[in-house]
Amino acid sequence: MGKQLLLENINVQGISTLEVYRANGGYKALEKALKMQQSEVVDEVKKSGLRGRGGAGFPTGMKWGFIAKPEGVPRHLVCNADESEPGTFKDRFLMQNKPHMLIEGMILSSYALGANVSYIYIRGELLYVYHILEKAIQEAYDAGLLGKNILGSGFDLELYVQCGAGAYICGEETALIESLEGKRGNPRIKPPFPAVSGVWGRPTVVNNVETIAATVPIILMGGDEYAKIGIGKSTGTKLISACGHLAKPGVYEIEMGLSTEEFIYSENYCGGIKNGKKLKAVVAGGSSVPILPAELFLKTAKGEPRLMSYESLADGGFATGTMLGSGGFIVLDETASIVKNLWNFTRFYHHESCGQCSPCREGTGWMEKVLHRILEGHGKQSDVDLLFDIQSKIDGKTICPLGEAASWPVASAIRHFRAEFEEYVNHPEKIKDVKHYYNMRNLQPTA
Amino acid sequence: MPKVTIDGIEIEVPKGTTILQAARMIGKHVAPPAMCYYSKLKVSGGYCRTCIVRVTKGSAANPTPMPKPVASCRTEVMDGMEVANYTSEQNLIDRKGVVEFLLLNHPLDCPVCDQAGECHLQDLSYENGSANTRYDFDRRSFEKIDIGPYVQLHMTRCILCFRCVNTANQLTEKRVHGVMNRGDVSEISTYITKSIDNEFSGNIIDVCPVGALTDKTFRFKSRVWFTKPVDANRECKKCAGKVRLWFKGEDVLRVTGRKDQWGEVTDWICNDCRFEHKRYSDWNIEGPSHIDHHSVISQNHYELAKLKLDTGKQLKELKSKKQVDKK
Repeated sequence: MGKQLLLENINVQGISTLEVYRANGGYKALEKALKMQQSEVVDEVKKSGLRGRGGAGFPTGMKWGFIAKPEGVPRHLVCNADESEPGTFKDRFLMQNKPHMLIEGMILSSYALGANVSYIYIRGELLYVYHILEKAIQEAYDAGLLGKNILGSGFDLELYVQCGAGAYICGEETALIESLEGKRGNPRIKPPFPAVSGVWGRPTVVNNVETIAATVPIILMGGDEYAKIGIGKSTGTKLISACGHLAKPGVYEIEMGLSTEEFIYSENYCGGIKNGKKLKAVVAGGSSVPILPAELFLKTAKGEPRLMSYESLADGGFATGTMLGSGGFIVLDETASIVKNLWNFTRFYHHESCGQCSPCREGTGWMEKVLHRILEGHGKQSDVDLLFDIQSKIDGKTICPLGEAASWPVASAIRHFRAEFEEYVNHPEKIKDVKHYYNMRNLQPTA
Repeated sequence: MPKVTIDGIEIEVPKGTTILQAARMIGKHVAPPAMCYYSKLKVSGGYCRTCIVRVTKGSAANPTPMPKPVASCRTEVMDGMEVANYTSEQNLIDRKGVVEFLLLNHPLDCPVCDQAGECHLQDLSYENGSANTRYDFDRRSFEKIDIGPYVQLHMTRCILCFRCVNTANQLTEKRVHGVMNRGDVSEISTYITKSIDNEFSGNIIDVCPVGALTDKTFRFKSRVWFTKPVDANRECKKCAGKVRLWFKGEDVLRVTGRKDQWGEVTDWICNDCRFEHKRYSDWNIEGPSHIDHHSVISQNHYELAKLKLDTGKQLKELKSKKQVDKK
C-alpha cells in the first residue's frame, strides 16, 4: 500500500467527531497555516503541484493565483461537494467519515485566499452527509475553530453548508454558483470566469472536496515533500472509487503512478475481477471519460505499462487513451454489455441535461433513443454511424462540459467496440438480456 | 480600437464589440445567423449555437487558434483576431448539425403556422439545414396554452431560445413566465394558472423567432404574405408609438413592432397600440415598410400595393416621373 494521506486513521472509532480527530493529529495543519503568511500558504500549494481532483486536473495553486483581488470586495471559497458522476463516490466517503478534514481544509484554504465567508455546496441526495457536516461545523464553532478570531490569529471565517436539490449539472462550477445564489442551476456563459465574478458577482474559487482536503497534508508535510509523491506532473495521492465487477470494490487511496494492472489485480487494492472472470473494459474516471478495452487500459498503444496518473491515462489522446477524471473507476468483465452500459450512461446525461443550449438538449435525448432502439433489437445498420455523427455534433459546441461528457463515452464505445454494436444490430435475436432491460425500464419501487 | 478579420474582411470596431456585431457591421454576407441573440436585449445569446464561428487566430498578442467553435454573439473581439465563418467548411458542417438539433423536436407544421413566411427557423433551415431528417422518433408535443388575454403559447414549436424570458426580464418588473423542467422536456410556462398580464407583454410575440408565441387577435386570419406591411405611428403615452401595420385590403389585421434588417424590433410597443388600435383611422400612415427582397412577403406584387397605399407625396413623385418619362 502506498502512503495514506487522506484516508489515514479512517478506521479509528469516532474519527468523525472533533475530539477524536484532534487526538489523531487533526487541525495541526490549520495551526501551522495560521502562523504562516497567506501568500506562503498559496506558495506551498503551488509547490506541491496539486491538481484539481474534480476531473479537469487544473493546477490548484494556479487557480488560486488567478483570483481577482479588488479592494473592498469580499472573496469566497466554494467547495464543490456536488459529486454526482456515475461511478464516483470518493468525496461522499471522505465527508461521511472525516468531515473535519474537509472543514480544516476549508478554513486554511479560505485563509490562503482571504475569504471570510465560505460555502460547501453539497448534493441534495447526500442529505445524511449534510447532517454530518452540519454537526461537525457546529463542533468546530464551539471549539473556536470557526467564527471570529480563529485560534487567536485574528482571522474570521463563516462556513455554510448549502444543500442542492439534486442535479448533476450543479457540479459545473458556474451552475453551482447560480444554484448557490438561489437560482435555477444553469451554467453561465464564460467569460467572466468565477475567479473574477462568481458568487454574488464577487471573486470566487470553486474546488473539489478532495482538493481542499489535500491541502491539509500539503501544509503539514510541506509542498516540496508532497510533490515527491507521485510521478511527473501528477503529484500526491488520489482517491479512487472502484466499482463494477471487482473482487473488492471500494474507495482506495493510491499514490499517483501506480500501475493500472497492480491496482486492479493486487490484493492490496481491488483484488482482481470478481469470480475469476476476464477483464473486458474499464471506464477510468467516472462515466464521462472514454471507455477503454482491457488491452489498451493495461498497456498504452506504445506497449508501455499504463499508470494511474493524469499523463499516462491520457497517453495516446482519445484514440487510444482516456482520462483520470474524477476517479470513478468502473470495471466491466467479459459478461458485461458495452451497449447496455453505454445506454445507461447516455440515459443519465439525457436526464441531467439542463436544456439551455440546443446540441446537448436535443442530442443527448436523440442518442438515448437510438441506443434504446438498438438494445430493444430494432436497430438499423445506419444507427452506429448515426450515433457517432450525433456525438461529433455535440462535442465542443455546448456552453458547459456536460455536452462533451455525454459525447465522449459514445465516441469511445463505438471506436473500440464497434463490432459489438453491429452484433446487436445484425442479430437482434441473440440479445439475451432484453427481458432484464424491460424490467429496468419499468422499474417499480420494491419493498 | 481592435481590428478583426472575418472571412478575410478586416474591420475596425469599438472595444467590447462581439464577433457577431462586428460581422453585422461588415454586412449580411458574413454575419452568422442568430436564433437566440437579440441586440435590443441587454442579456441574450449563447444558447442556440447557430452563430458558432471558428477563431483561427486568437489575437495579435496570442495567435493560437481557439480549440473549439465559439458562440460569436458572446465572444468579444480581440485586436488582430481572425475569424472564419462561411469560409470554414467545418464550421458550416457544425452549423448544419446545430440546425438539425433545433429542428429535431420542431413539428414543421409550417402550413398551419402563423409565423410561416417570417419565421427565422424557416430561413435558417432553408439556408443551413438539410432536406431530410434523420430523426424517426416521436417529437415532443404539448397542449396549447393561453398565457394572458392576448398571447397563445404553442410550446411544441418552441426552440427554447430564452428570448421571451429575457424580454420580460428587461421590460417588466415582475416576470411571470420562465423555463420549467430541464433537458429536452423543459418548457416555457407560467406558474400553474398565472397569466401574463402587463402592458408590454405583446413584445414576446415579436421576439419569438418561431411560431411558439402567437398573437391571439391575428391567429389564422391570414398568411403573412397576403398582408401588406405599412409603417405608421400614433401618439402613445406608454411607448414610442412607432409600429408596423399589416393590411389585408382596407383592414388592419395586426400591429407589430418595426423590424430592422436582422429581424429585430427597433422599438418596443405597448399592448394598447398592438391589440387595441386596429382601425385605419387610429394611425398616421408613413408609407410602406421596406421589405427585404429575399423575404417571401416581397413575392406578393408588393410594388402594386405600394402604389395604392402611397398617398400624397409619393404618388406625386411617381406622376412627375411618368411625365418626365413621357417627355
